[in-house]
Amino acid sequence: MSEAVAAPAAGTAEAPSAGPVVSANDLTRRYGEGETAVDALRGVSLDVPKGQLTAVMGPSGSGKSTLMHILAGLDKPTTGTVTIAGTNITELSDTDLTKLRRRHIGFVFQFFNLLPMLNAEENVVLPLSIAGEKPDKGWIDELLGEIGLAQRRDHRPSELSGGQQQRVAIGRALVSRPTIIFADEPTGNLDSKTSGEILELLNRSVRELGQTIVMVTHEARAAAIADRILFLDDGLIVREARDISAHEIVAAMEELGES
Amino acid sequence: MTAFALRGLFSRKLRTVLTALAIVLGVATVSGTYVLTDSINKAFHSIFNESRNGSDVVISGKSAFKLSGDSGVTAPAFDESLLGQVRALTDVAQADGSVNGQAQLISKKGKAIVYGGAPNLGFSIARGNSPFNPLTLVEGSWPKAGEVVIDKATAGKEHFEIGQQIGVQAIGPVKRLRLSGIVKFGSVSTIGGATLAGFALPTAQQLFGKPAKLDEIAVSAKSGVSDQRLMEEIRTILPSGTQARTNQGQAREDAKETDSFISFLQKFLLGFGGVALFVGSFVIANSLSITIAQRTREFGTLRTLGASRRQVLRSIVLEALVVGTLASIVGLFAGLGLAKGLFSLFDAVGFTLPNNGLTLETRTVLVSLLVGILVTLLASLRPALRATRVPPIAAVREGATLPESRFARYRLPAAILLTALGFGSLLLGLFVPNLSTAQILLLMLGGALVVFFGIALLSVRLVGPFAWTLGWPATRIGGAAGSLARDNSRRNPQRTASTASALMIGLALVTLVSMLAAGIVSSFRGAVNGIWKNADYAITAQNNFSPFPIAVSEAVAKAPGVVAVGDVRAGESLAFGHKINTTAVDPATRGMFDLNWKQGSPDVLANLGADGAFVDKGYAKDHKLTLGSPVQLTFPNGKQKTFAIKGIFDPPTGGSPFGRVTISTATFDRFVQDPHNLYSFVRMQGGQTDANKAALDGALKDFPNAKAATRQKFIDNQISGLSSVLNILYVLLALSVVVSLFGIVNTLVLTVFERTREIGMLRAIGMTRRQVRRMIRHESVITALIGAAIGIALGIVLAGLLIARVDFIILSVPIGQLLVFALAAIVVGIIAAIFPARRAARLNVLEALQYE
Repeated sequence: MSEAVAAPAAGTAEAPSAGPVVSANDLTRRYGEGETAVDALRGVSLDVPKGQLTAVMGPSGSGKSTLMHILAGLDKPTTGTVTIAGTNITELSDTDLTKLRRRHIGFVFQFFNLLPMLNAEENVVLPLSIAGEKPDKGWIDELLGEIGLAQRRDHRPSELSGGQQQRVAIGRALVSRPTIIFADEPTGNLDSKTSGEILELLNRSVRELGQTIVMVTHEARAAAIADRILFLDDGLIVREARDISAHEIVAAMEELGES
Repeated sequence: MTAFALRGLFSRKLRTVLTALAIVLGVATVSGTYVLTDSINKAFHSIFNESRNGSDVVISGKSAFKLSGDSGVTAPAFDESLLGQVRALTDVAQADGSVNGQAQLISKKGKAIVYGGAPNLGFSIARGNSPFNPLTLVEGSWPKAGEVVIDKATAGKEHFEIGQQIGVQAIGPVKRLRLSGIVKFGSVSTIGGATLAGFALPTAQQLFGKPAKLDEIAVSAKSGVSDQRLMEEIRTILPSGTQARTNQGQAREDAKETDSFISFLQKFLLGFGGVALFVGSFVIANSLSITIAQRTREFGTLRTLGASRRQVLRSIVLEALVVGTLASIVGLFAGLGLAKGLFSLFDAVGFTLPNNGLTLETRTVLVSLLVGILVTLLASLRPALRATRVPPIAAVREGATLPESRFARYRLPAAILLTALGFGSLLLGLFVPNLSTAQILLLMLGGALVVFFGIALLSVRLVGPFAWTLGWPATRIGGAAGSLARDNSRRNPQRTASTASALMIGLALVTLVSMLAAGIVSSFRGAVNGIWKNADYAITAQNNFSPFPIAVSEAVAKAPGVVAVGDVRAGESLAFGHKINTTAVDPATRGMFDLNWKQGSPDVLANLGADGAFVDKGYAKDHKLTLGSPVQLTFPNGKQKTFAIKGIFDPPTGGSPFGRVTISTATFDRFVQDPHNLYSFVRMQGGQTDANKAALDGALKDFPNAKAATRQKFIDNQISGLSSVLNILYVLLALSVVVSLFGIVNTLVLTVFERTREIGMLRAIGMTRRQVRRMIRHESVITALIGAAIGIALGIVLAGLLIARVDFIILSVPIGQLLVFALAAIVVGIIAAIFPARRAARLNVLEALQYE
C-alpha cells in the first residue's frame, strides 16, 4: 500500500510541475490511550496538486484541524507519512522540520498572530529575518502592493483593522514563496465583508502568484473559492468535490450533521 | 472568595514559588544575621562568664579613661604587694594575682601563629587547681617556671607535643619555653581564632615586662560573706590606680569590647539584609503586577459574577499574606543555614569567630516573620489596587489589559520629585554642619531609599532608549532573535524598568563600594608616597596594623647597615575631655618624613623634647591652637602633662601615620606602660638591597610577628587588608544581586507564559528552538544591562557626593572594575534566562498556538 503512493511522489521529483507538492499516506492519529483514546484521523490519504487551492471542510470534531496540523508538520501522525517537496517530514528532527517549514510552509492563522511591536512590513518580512535571509526589496514592495498595504507598511498591528491584520499575515505567509500555505480558518475572526476581501486575496495568490494553498474552514462561502473541496467526517475523507456552489456545499455539510 | 484566592495560588504553583523566593532570600538574610550574631554573642558571653566563675570579686588596674582594645595600650599594672594585703583581709577565703598580655606563639617553622584578627592571649596561672582558673588540663601538667601550656586547638593544628620547646614572643624577643601541658577553655568548643598561652606567674611577669607587678587579683569570699561586704572590705585597702568589681561586673566589663563589635556586626549585616529585602520588594511588586495583568480576564469574570472591588482587593491581599507568611517561615529556617555559611565565610577570609552552636532567639523568629510578611503585603498593595479597577466587561474582551492607574499621568512628575527629594535629603545629611550621627544616618538612608524609588520610577522613561542602545549588540550577534529580543524588552517599559531596577540597586551599591575603595587606595598611595621620603624599609606587625613591642626597633637598630630607625608609637590619651589617638615620633624621623608644615618647620620632628607636641591642621582649627598653645594630655595611668604646640601640619588627603596629637617617644615612654610602635622606618647604607633586606630579616628573627617591607610592599600590605574587607562587602551585596536575578527569572517566566501563542507562531514560521532560547537570553541580558547601566551611573554619582564630603578620599573611577560589574550583569542575565528560555523552547508548537 505504501509503495503504491510512494511511486507518484517519486514522479513528482522528476516532473515537479505536474505532481502533488504535498502527499499524505494513510494517516491515523490517536489521542490518549486505552479506553479513553480518541481517533481523530482513521486513515486519510491525499495529494495536494501544485498551484491549487484545496479546502478542507467538516463539522467540528471531524479531524480537519488535526489533518492540517499533521500536514504542516506541527503534529505527528500515529501512523502514516506526509511528504512535502519530496521529503518525508514525519521522520525529521525538530530542527530539520523547522528548517523545512522555513523553506516550504507558510501559515495563516485565525487570530492573525502578528507581533505587536513590529510594523506591517517587519511582520511580513519576519520569516526571512528568522531564516537569516535578506529580503529582496522589489519583491517586498510588490507583495505589500499585492496585499494592499503599501501605504500602511509602517503601521503597527494595533493601528490596523482586523482585515488589514489578516492581509499582513497573508503577506507573511507569501513572503518566502513557500511550497505550500496552510490557512486555518482565515476568515473565522472577521466580518462578512472583510472575509470576502481576504478570500479574494487568497484566490489571487493562487491564480496570479501560482501559490499552493490548503485552507481549513467550516464556512461554505470560503470553501466555494477552492479548486477542490475535501469533506472530512469522523476522521475520514468522505467526499471530494470540484467546482460546486456555496449552496451545494451547505447541503453537503448539512448531510454531515453540521447545523 | 477566600477559598478561591488560595485555590488560585495553588494552581499557579510555579509563579507563586518564583515570587516567594525573593522574600525567602531577604528574610533568610535577616534571620541569618540574628542567628549568627546571637550565636557569637552567646559564645563570647559564656567565655567571659566562665573565666570569672570562680571568683567573687576581681581587683584590676584602673586606667584614667576607657581604653580601646586595639590601641596597644593597656591599663597600668599595680604592685604585687597588694595581694598579701588582700589575703590578710578577714573575709577573704582565697586570692590569687595574675598578669596578662599578648603572647605570640611561634610555629615550628618560626612563623607567628595568627588566625585572622583573633587575639593571642597570654596570662599567668597561679595554681592549676585554683577556683579562679577557667582552664582544664587535657594532658600534661600545669606550667612551672620556664614552661607554657597552650590550647588544644593550636596544639593540634601546629602539631605541638608535650616536652617540646615552643617560641613565645611577648614584649621582648622570642623566648623558648617547654610545653608542659595542653589545656581547654571551660565548656566552649572553640574560642574563635584566639590562641591561649598560660605561664607560671614569675615567667609571665618577665615575659610581659611587669616584674613584681600584677594586672588582676581574683578574690573569693569566705562562706556566708556577701559580695557586697567583701567589696567594702577590699575598697578600704585599694590603692589609687586600681578598682574592684564583682565577678559578674568584671565579666560584663570584659565583654564590653566584643559586645560593641557584635552589635556593629549585627547592624552591618542587617543593613545588607535590609537591602536584599528592599530589592525583594521590587521583585515581588513586579511579579504580582504581571500575574495580575495576566489575570485581568479572571478578575473581570469575578466582577460579572458579583464580586465587589473590596472582595477582589481582599483576595489578592490574602494571597500576598499567604505567600509572605510561607516565604518568611522558609526564610527563617534558611537563615540558620545562612548563619552556618557565614561562619565558614568569615573563617575562610581569616576571621574565625567563636562558635558554640547556633542560637535561635524568639526575637529572631518574630522580627523575621514580621518583616517578611509586611514587605510582601506592602509590595502587593499597588498591584492589588490596580486589580480592583478591572471592569466586569474585561471578562468578555479579547486581550483585555489592566486599566491605567488613576495616578498614571502624575508618574513622571512624581518620579522627578522623589529623585530630587532623595538627593536633597542626601545632600542635607552630607553637608549640613553639626548634625548628630543619628540625624546624618536618617537623612542618608532615607535619602538613598527615596532616590532608589525615584530612579526606579524614572527608569520607565529610560528603558526605551537604553534598550535600543544596549540591545544593539544583540541585533548584531543574535540576528532576528536578537532584534526580536530588543523589541520585546521595549514592549512593556514598566515591566522591564521594574525588573532592571531590582538589579540597579545592587549594582549601585557595589559601584559605590568599589569607588570608595578605589578612592581610599589611591589617596592612601598618594599619602604614603608623599610623606615617606628618605627611608628604605618600614617595620610593621605581620597583620600590618597591630602595634608591636618597641624591642623590635631596638633589635633592628643593631642590624648591620642600619643608618637610622624612626619610630612612630601608637597610644591613647585624653585631651580637651575627649579620648584621642596619640602618637609619638623619635628625632630620627626628621630625615625620613616630608610633611606640609603650616606652622613650624620640619625640624619639629626632631625638636619635640620633653614638652613639645604637634597637631594636624583640622585639630588645630577645632581647638584654636597656634604655635605655643598649651595642650594638656591625660595618660592611661592618670598622670597629666601640658605640652606646647611646636608645629601644625596639613596631612595629605590619604591621611598620615599620626594621631591627633604627637609628642616625642622619650616623653611618651615615660607615661605609657609597655609602649608599642605602629611603624618603624629604617634607613640603610646602600638603600634597598637584598643584603639589607636579609640583614633586617635576620634582626627580626626573634620577633616573628614583625616584618620589614619596602615602600611599595608596605603600600600593598596596607591595601590588602582593605581588599579582604571589600571581598566581604561584595559577597554580602551579591546576595541582593541574586535576589534581583530571581526577579529577572520571574519576569521572563511570566512573559513566556504571556507570549505562549506568539512563540508558537514564531516556531511555526521557522524559528528553531535555539533561536527561541537566544531570543529570551538576549532579552534577559538587555534587561540586566539596563539595570547595570543605571545602577553603575547612580553608584558613581552617590560615590561622588560622598567623596566630595569626606576629605580623606579622592575621587577615582575604577574603570576596569566597573567593566567587570557590567560583565557580571551580562552573566546574571544569561543565568537568569536559562530556565525561562528552556521552557520557551520546549513549548509544543501546536499547544502554544492554541493557548489562550
